[in-house]
Amino acid sequence: MTNWVFKGLRTGIKTTAYPVRQDDTPGVSPGRPRATLLDSAAEVERLVELCPTQAIERQDGGAAIDYGRCVHCFRCWRDADDVSADWERSYEWAAYSADSAAAAQDLEKAFGRSLHIRFVDAGACGACMSEARQLNNPYYNMHRLGFCTTPTPRNADILLVAGPVSDAMRFPLRKTYEAMPKPKRVVAIGACAISGGVFGPSFAASASAAETIPVDVIVPGCPPPPLAILHALLLVVKRKPPSDRISLPIDPTEDAKE
Amino acid sequence: MEMLKPVAEDALTSANFAALCNNVWQGRVAAALDQRGRICRLNCWRDQLVEVCQWLSRDLDFAFATLIVEELPDNGWSLLYIFYKGPNSPWVYVEPKLDALTTAVPSISGLVHGPSADWHEREAEDLFGLKFEGHPRLGEFILHEDWPEGTNPMRHDFDAHERFEHREADPKWEPPTIVVAPGAFAMPVGPVFSDFAESAHFLLETVGEDVIHTIPRFFYKYRGVEKIAEGQNVGRVLLLAERFSGTAAFAHGLAFCQAIEAICGTKVPARAQALRTVLAELERFRHHAAVITGICNSTALAVATSQAALIEEDLLRLSCKVAEHRYLFGALKPGGLALDIQDETCSDLSVTVGAIVGRLHELHGMLRYSSSFLDRLEEVGGVSNEQALSYGLVGPVARASGIARDLRRLFPYAAYDAVGFTVPVEQEGDGYSRLRIFFQEAEQAAMIIRHVLQILPDGPACADPVDWCAGAALGAVEAPAGAAFHWVRLSGDGTVARYRITPPSFTNWHGFHLAAENFAFQDFPIILASFGLSNAECDR
Ligand code: SF4
Ligand code: SF4
Repeated sequence: MTNWVFKGLRTGIKTTAYPVRQDDTPGVSPGRPRATLLDSAAEVERLVELCPTQAIERQDGGAAIDYGRCVHCFRCWRDADDVSADWERSYEWAAYSADSAAAAQDLEKAFGRSLHIRFVDAGACGACMSEARQLNNPYYNMHRLGFCTTPTPRNADILLVAGPVSDAMRFPLRKTYEAMPKPKRVVAIGACAISGGVFGPSFAASASAAETIPVDVIVPGCPPPPLAILHALLLVVKRKPPSDRISLPIDPTEDAKE
Repeated sequence: MEMLKPVAEDALTSANFAALCNNVWQGRVAAALDQRGRICRLNCWRDQLVEVCQWLSRDLDFAFATLIVEELPDNGWSLLYIFYKGPNSPWVYVEPKLDALTTAVPSISGLVHGPSADWHEREAEDLFGLKFEGHPRLGEFILHEDWPEGTNPMRHDFDAHERFEHREADPKWEPPTIVVAPGAFAMPVGPVFSDFAESAHFLLETVGEDVIHTIPRFFYKYRGVEKIAEGQNVGRVLLLAERFSGTAAFAHGLAFCQAIEAICGTKVPARAQALRTVLAELERFRHHAAVITGICNSTALAVATSQAALIEEDLLRLSCKVAEHRYLFGALKPGGLALDIQDETCSDLSVTVGAIVGRLHELHGMLRYSSSFLDRLEEVGGVSNEQALSYGLVGPVARASGIARDLRRLFPYAAYDAVGFTVPVEQEGDGYSRLRIFFQEAEQAAMIIRHVLQILPDGPACADPVDWCAGAALGAVEAPAGAAFHWVRLSGDGTVARYRITPPSFTNWHGFHLAAENFAFQDFPIILASFGLSNAECDR
């Protein structure tokens, strides 16, 4: 047993500086495409065609990205020789869901500093869950920020849901939500839970988790990295501001600040 | 491991196999070898199916890979039973001639070498509405009770994109709370768990503290991946191949690409083959690190869990640095890779993998001397060699029970024929043997990565864009959890007409109940973790 204690001590502290400071360690996030200013309509069309999930939209002056649909396939970034979307290194991706901006107002009042989390896998591929699970590892250690998982929905404040809500998970998802006491918040993790991702809507999966239960915060990504999920939790308690659900091309002076 | 062989090994080589077959069956079964001598098709009558399958698996020790069902345009059915043995024997495709319009097929499970085809037949019954005569247990399987009887989503006349009206699920269902009380009772666990866990349901039949029997229920996560792939182009289906089981995305993407490349006759450049090997092993390394984290966590050994989790996270970061994505999504494309890896990154990769495997080795060493930890794993969740053979188990689970099968060895793909590596095998088949296999395979993966990087050829990382051809082929890859078979039928316009995935978790969950009998209740999470399986992968 003593060996383990020494091993634990020797390893030292590895925890990320986020949210106090940004963490730019290579590999913590794959980054994501962002709205891109383009010279010609033909270039915009090229990007729109490259995207297999219709995440790229035509906008004045360039291409916008709908993060709820983007599945991180990198095709807009790699596949064409002559044009590519801009790629940003970031991870603060959580945003308020379209219909819960009002509910978002009192998130802060509703909770103290500690939050109990219940996770429901509603047909996720395993990667979203794996990223959420990393929040327990010493690098991210969500406990230091007052977040922990709970063995029963009756103690839960936050429901994390991942996956396109397969048919058989609709009922358990709704039941879990109903068993949680008020006030409660739902965070939808990943493109699947936001837009059905590559699976839904279909005969077997939904178009979003919001079809089954009300969703307050979305975390785009496929999968969103652990820091993005942490950002969502911090957004729920208003310790961090939200990101945008859609990235619109903006004028170059604004853009240059990044 | 294998029984006495009544047939000489060299009679089973591709060159001799067809002759042997004609000899044994006296022309009642037509055997034909394909051009490259890698596949032997056996055409038999409906009534000989069971006998032929029995002969292959019982007398010749072929393993059952998968059953491919296709609905023909004229209302008929094509069934393909695929067997393999390797490395010198051909793949054997048994094709029974069925009468048009018939939906009844003799069942081979229960009769053939054991029940390895059992779940395949149940799936075909559920999704296609075929009837398997003599099957011991048919009925609700993939589609749970809220799907109306007679719904067969894989039939051509079922629309994949139409939202489907279901009945309401069983209203008695409640979020489970785990209570242990004296006396005999059945305890439901799942489908929602207290921590980060995948959705599945287990009914534990207990007496006091002991669980006598476990009845698992899966397919909560059925997303109809094979159905929604139909009619979509290759690029779009590749997204599905990678994302139906994100923790083994590269392996499944690779199996899909290999099937497409086999259909279209694409030659993958040497550099791409080598880099595919590197990324596949990086994924295996990370996958096994995650399984080891899970096993440590299930025994509540906090420091070991942290150490393993740090290794896992470091491998995720490394994957992201090398291929821009922590789970290697988007790295593959038919013909090679969607990206190249620069020399500098390669040398970083080699050094970092070396350092990480050192830490893994140290962790393994410490666990070996932790008696409280070993007590929880030893003689827990045992699967005997006979059981593993008869259920056709694959991957690390099978190798922990003495079955040395590994597709990287049997049918080398990518650059596996250029590297020497060992396939670790253990005999006891308990939780501790599985843990040892995961450790050894992770170490081998690191070794393979570093070896391949030393001999990395120059040249392009992808072939020219593939010209689509009509045809069908099987892609076979040793995924982190075991053998994965992807059957693809492609139309000439580059859309997928039929896609069937046989993932290792499907094969191995089938045998999970063997390990979950007569154990102390608190060992359940340990047995579960030591299998290292994924429900997303199984359910599709
Ligand atoms: S990375 Fe996102 S935006 Fe770009 S092509 Fe893929 S899905 Fe579309
Ligand atoms: S969003 Fe992407 S990573 Fe998450 S469950 Fe869906 S496919 Fe998997």
